Parts: sequence; structure tokens; C-alpha cells
Amino acid sequence: MEESSTLPATPLFEQHRNLGAKLAPFGGWLMPIQYSGIIDEHNWVRKNSGLFDICHMGEFMVQADLAKANLGNLVTINLEGMPQGACRYGFMLNEQGGIIDDLLVYRIDSAEWMIVVNAAASDGDFAHLKEHLTGAMRIENISQVLGKLDLQGPLSADVLEDLAGPGIKSLKYYTFGYFDILGERIIISRTGYTGEMGYELYMPNNKIPQLWEKLLNDQRVKPIGLGARDTLRLEMGYSLYGQDIDKNTTPLEAGLSNFIDWNKEFIGKGSLLKQKQNGVLRRMICFLADSRRSPRHNYRIIYKDKDVGAVTSGSFSPSLGFGIGMGYVKDEISLGEQIILSENSISINAKVTAKPFYKNGSAKSGEKK
Amino acid sequence: MTIPENLLYTKDHEWARLDGDKVTMGITDFAQGSLGDITFIDLPKPGAKVEQSKWCATVESVKAASDVYAPFSGEVLKVNTQLTGHPELVNKSAYDAGWFAVVKISDLEEKNKLMNSTQYKEYIQGLSK
Repeated sequence: MEESSTLPATPLFEQHRNLGAKLAPFGGWLMPIQYSGIIDEHNWVRKNSGLFDICHMGEFMVQADLAKANLGNLVTINLEGMPQGACRYGFMLNEQGGIIDDLLVYRIDSAEWMIVVNAAASDGDFAHLKEHLTGAMRIENISQVLGKLDLQGPLSADVLEDLAGPGIKSLKYYTFGYFDILGERIIISRTGYTGEMGYELYMPNNKIPQLWEKLLNDQRVKPIGLGARDTLRLEMGYSLYGQDIDKNTTPLEAGLSNFIDWNKEFIGKGSLLKQKQNGVLRRMICFLADSRRSPRHNYRIIYKDKDVGAVTSGSFSPSLGFGIGMGYVKDEISLGEQIILSENSISINAKVTAKPFYKNGSAKSGEKK
Repeated sequence: MTIPENLLYTKDHEWARLDGDKVTMGITDFAQGSLGDITFIDLPKPGAKVEQSKWCATVESVKAASDVYAPFSGEVLKVNTQLTGHPELVNKSAYDAGWFAVVKISDLEEKNKLMNSTQYKEYIQGLSK
């Protein structure tokens, strides 16, 4: 068994232990992987409301006037076009167009931003920001003091309304607001990583245990571990940083060019334009197995008897009852084509499919189609 | 965690229930608990020859794929076809509804290499230290 007692834990370590969670290292932290069981938790989020401890993630506050600071050069997101109260998903790239991290940017005020990043990449992200950012008034890494809980699932709006007031229901997808909870004025955004309607709540670490207990007191809410977080995100075809994307992959290869604003300058743009012109050397595909067998990380992808790539993420899909996954291949393979995913004696038949795998997510419910 | 007294056990967490020259086998409660939700089981075919401590089945959980080893050498007489559509039976009932296969034993002496329930219990306690 891995020695994990030296790893940092979130403010909820005692709560997880008391709930009987299986804890394991993730992103340099000791995190809850499961409580009642991955499939049970997964299904609960699809139908009810699940609570996730996401305190390990990183948050930076940046005070920067876009007219004077080059913050826009550091991310692929169109910051100018963001109204106050909006959140956007995008990337921080290196000069080669490789993904340093995927992140969310919140526009707090006309010249104030919150950037939310992955735990394992957080220190590197902050160093990169400090190195390249000019003209900013202030930049601060608040990861040590700010915690985050995610509440995800179709009943989450009803649950949170009892705690945060009716205003929560007018939050639109990918926007945020300030709400008074437990004597704090906190940011809540209507965002998430599950495909279900839900929220991310940013609360100072010292009040995280209180918020956790309060939300879990609601019968509609159950604690959900990172195991189900992974199956939920994979059913949506969302990439996991460090597994599906990293500094050696570009958003074009990963099929994530929707999150690039081509009408501005940003670090890595030159390399991406070149890649656009010359074509990518590999591209991300999604696949659905013809059985319950799970493709796994690093299984080979075989197409027409040729080894064309490797699986980056794979799992059993609790919602579909089949194996699903994604990975990079050298050549373009059309939707519907048959492939084989294999390792040693294991050989899984699958077909190339479009994402998301799970199409009934409630994430955008209430939005105009 | 349950460890029935009347069964034999391997270090790889398979159980064996002897009945004359036949043995019913599966994976232990400890094994299913460690694996978590079981999502797929690849069983040997009836008629296949298996060897003690060699591969006889694969169990997949949400987290990983794991090999299962035969507690005795012999010929597979029948397998639990229920597990194809309902692999979660192993989570719910590791020693009964979640049985894997029945094997005709070729060498009963092989039982000397297995543990009884007391020994298996001690073995598991040793693992978690």
C-alpha cells in the first residue's frame, strides 16, 4: 500500500473518514475516491444531487485592466467579451501550443478575475502567470485559504435554494453570483464537471466543514468521490488534465478548438496556426465498446489491423452499461468505424462515436436551445 | 467482511468449496470489497483445462481489470452464466450467487497448498498492517 500520510488532505479529511470513504492520492492530495460505491454514487448524481470535495483545486485572484495588462495573452479565452458575472472555460498554453492547464476564468469586476486551475498543475500555472503577466496590479494564489465544494445533479437547484435563497435559480449556465451562506458572502457558479445541472461553491477553508455538513443534512444529497467524478465526466467526453491532455498535446489535437479565441494574440497561437495549416499528427477520438468491458489507459487502438494509437481514458459507463473511452489516433477515423482496443490477451470491439456518450444530462436545463 | 469456515482459500483471494472430486470457486468477500463495483467477468469455457495458481478468469471493476487464478487444477465443468449480465452478484453474494465455476479436480493433494478460514483471516490481517 502506498504511503500517503505525508500528503496534504482537505479540510474535510475527518468527515471523509467518518463517512467510511476510501481515500487515495490524487493530484498530490489525499482524496476520497468512493463512499457507498462508484456506480451507486454515479447514478445518484444523474438523478438527485451529489456533493464533491474539490478543495484541492487551485484559485488565483488577478487584478488586471485589460487595456494595460496582457492577461488575455495568457489564456485562449476571449476575456474582452466576458460580461461581469460570467465564467469561461479555456487553456493556458506554452509556446508550442501545448496545454499547461485547462482552467475556468471568472470575471469578478471589470478589472478583477478569478482563475480556477487543476491541483497538480497549480504551482506551475502560478509561476507561468507571474513570469509572463505584465501590467497587472495584483496577482495572488489563494488556493491555501479558499475551498470549493461542487453540488451536481438535477435536484441541486432545489437543494441550494434552501440555503442560498431563490436567487440561485436565476443563475444561468456558466455564470456566477454572490450569495450569503453561513455568514460569508461567497461565489457560486452554475458550472461543473458532470454534465448535470449544478454548482461550484467557493468558501473559505475554515467554513468548508460547516457547509459540507449543512448540505449533507439534506436527504436529497449524498457525498460523491473522485471515482464517480471520473465516470461522470468521461460519459460527457470531458478531458481530464494529466491524462487526456497535457503540455505535449494541443487543443487542436484534443478536439477542443471551440475554446480558442482566434481573434486575439495569445502564447502558443503561432504554433496552433501552423498546426492548423499543416494538419495535426494525432487527434482525439471517442469510442463505445460492444460489451461491458472497459477500455483502460494505455490500451492500444487497432484500426484495420494497424496499431494507430492509445487509450487515454476508459471506463465502464454506468449510465450506458457499456465500456467507453477516448484516445489519440494518428489518422482520421470516421464516426461509426470499427476499432479494437487491446492489451495482452484482452481485446475489446468498439466503434468510433461522437461525444457526449451520455446525452440526457441536465446541465443546461432551463436554457434556450 | 465474511470468511466462511467450510471453504479453502488462496493468497490471491479465491475461495474453493470442495464436494468430492469437484470444487466450486469464486473470489472472496475481501476481494470484491477491494475491487469495488464489478462491471464485467470473463469466465473460462466449460471443458477448458485450468491449472492451480494460473489464470482462469478476469474480473473488471470500474477501477481496474484483475486476473483470477484457479485454486485447483482440472477441467471446467460449468460456469455461472448469470454473471455475464449481472456481474454485481459477486459484490452482493461473493460465496453463493457470485460463484464463478465448478471444476473437476485432477489432483486432490493440491488442497495442501490452500489455507483454511483461520489461516486466511490471519493472512488478511497481515496484509493490512
